[in-house]
Amino acid sequence: MNFLFRYANPHEFMRLSGAVLPFTAVATVLCLAVGLYLGFSAPPDYQQGRTVLILFIHVPAATMAMGVYGAIAVCSVLSLVWRHPLSDTAARAAAPLGALFTALGLITGSLWGKPMWGTYWVWDARLTSFLLLLFLYIGYMALWNAVEDEARAARAAAILALVGAVNIPVIKFSVNWWNTLHQGESIVSGQLAPVFLTPLLLMMAGYGLLFLTLWMVRIRTAILERRARNLMQAGTP
Amino acid sequence: MRDIRLAARSGGSAALALSFFALVATLVPLGVGADLKLLARVAGGILWVAAVLAALLSLDRLFQGDFEDGSLDLIALSPLPLELTALAKIIAHWLSTGLPLTLLSPLLAVLFNLPPPATLILFVSLLIGTPAVSAVGAIGASLTLSLKRGGLILPLIILPLLAPAVIFGAGAVSLALDGLAAQNALGLLAAFSFAAVLLSPFAAAASVRLNLGG
Repeated sequence: MNFLFRYANPHEFMRLSGAVLPFTAVATVLCLAVGLYLGFSAPPDYQQGRTVLILFIHVPAATMAMGVYGAIAVCSVLSLVWRHPLSDTAARAAAPLGALFTALGLITGSLWGKPMWGTYWVWDARLTSFLLLLFLYIGYMALWNAVEDEARAARAAAILALVGAVNIPVIKFSVNWWNTLHQGESIVSGQLAPVFLTPLLLMMAGYGLLFLTLWMVRIRTAILERRARNLMQAGTP
Repeated sequence: MRDIRLAARSGGSAALALSFFALVATLVPLGVGADLKLLARVAGGILWVAAVLAALLSLDRLFQGDFEDGSLDLIALSPLPLELTALAKIIAHWLSTGLPLTLLSPLLAVLFNLPPPATLILFVSLLIGTPAVSAVGAIGASLTLSLKRGGLILPLIILPLLAPAVIFGAGAVSLALDGLAAQNALGLLAAFSFAAVLLSPFAAAASVRLNLGG
């Protein structure tokens, strides 16, 4: 807890993130570059052919889409329970990134679905639950923008994020019960050959670092914006 | 309690929701054609979606009236926990929309050529599923309480959360249509509904408090 609260101070956060930012940015570029290179030099899959390349872009995006919602939920708990002042900003900054990852996952998935399943869209469990996840993100951002008072908006959005977090497993379960065609996971169960696994893990790390970098940039921007606004208000009598 | 009486006396919202429900159900055959087999096939889904949308109509008034004339402040100050008030409001909303919609549904099912066993399942699924709509809706209504454009954001927030109810509810009907046992889907629907009614008063009360400036 102490550790968390040291960085609740925006000033401390600016100092730390300013120092870390160049490293994560470089690491992001490295991971993505090496991951893409290995991905493109990987042999065609015996079933999926060259379309397996889409996997390296699709799977990490989908993982991040869920991960970012998790991050928002954690921030919301911090903000509601301990009134951690920076976590509101962090949650708000993460939402558009999460929506972007979700959209990327959906788009690359449908591009992959055309040659593989013969159609861009099927009403499959995972596709549907991701579409619903995208709507959850949109609703969350809309609520943030709609409430004028920032402190109120923060708490309303936090409540919504937690309600959504409770509901997501239920949605996933219900949609699974309804219909499924999507292939099961193959990373943890060890069905993936190393030629595919290495670039995939690198891409995942790259996506994670990319999110971290952009997230910090967005939080920094939000803090600077708030400072600028306070200065402007202080300037006008 | 007071909310139920208010809802019953104003009367308008229930009748409005019912007409909306019936209207959507009338427009669908006009849109997809009068093929009775097809209509029976889609009836469960259409009637479920229509019922959810009809219940949404009156949701933004759930806390709004009391918020505007200030009585919500007094209710919050009263010794009764706000969670109980929220629960009472959910029950009142269900009695004035969910229940009438459920009672009307067998009539509309006839229009959709739904066979009697499936109609029974539709009726039961709406009976146990619509409380969840009122409950989850109450969270949305309390979150958008102080918004001027709340009416637009409310559906955006709660419709994704209601997906499980529609899936299980409509799924039960199509199972029954195929002559399969629907108890499984109904059980899941009941679980979802029960959890929603149990948990949402807390979320709704928390967001009412924050909108009162606490």
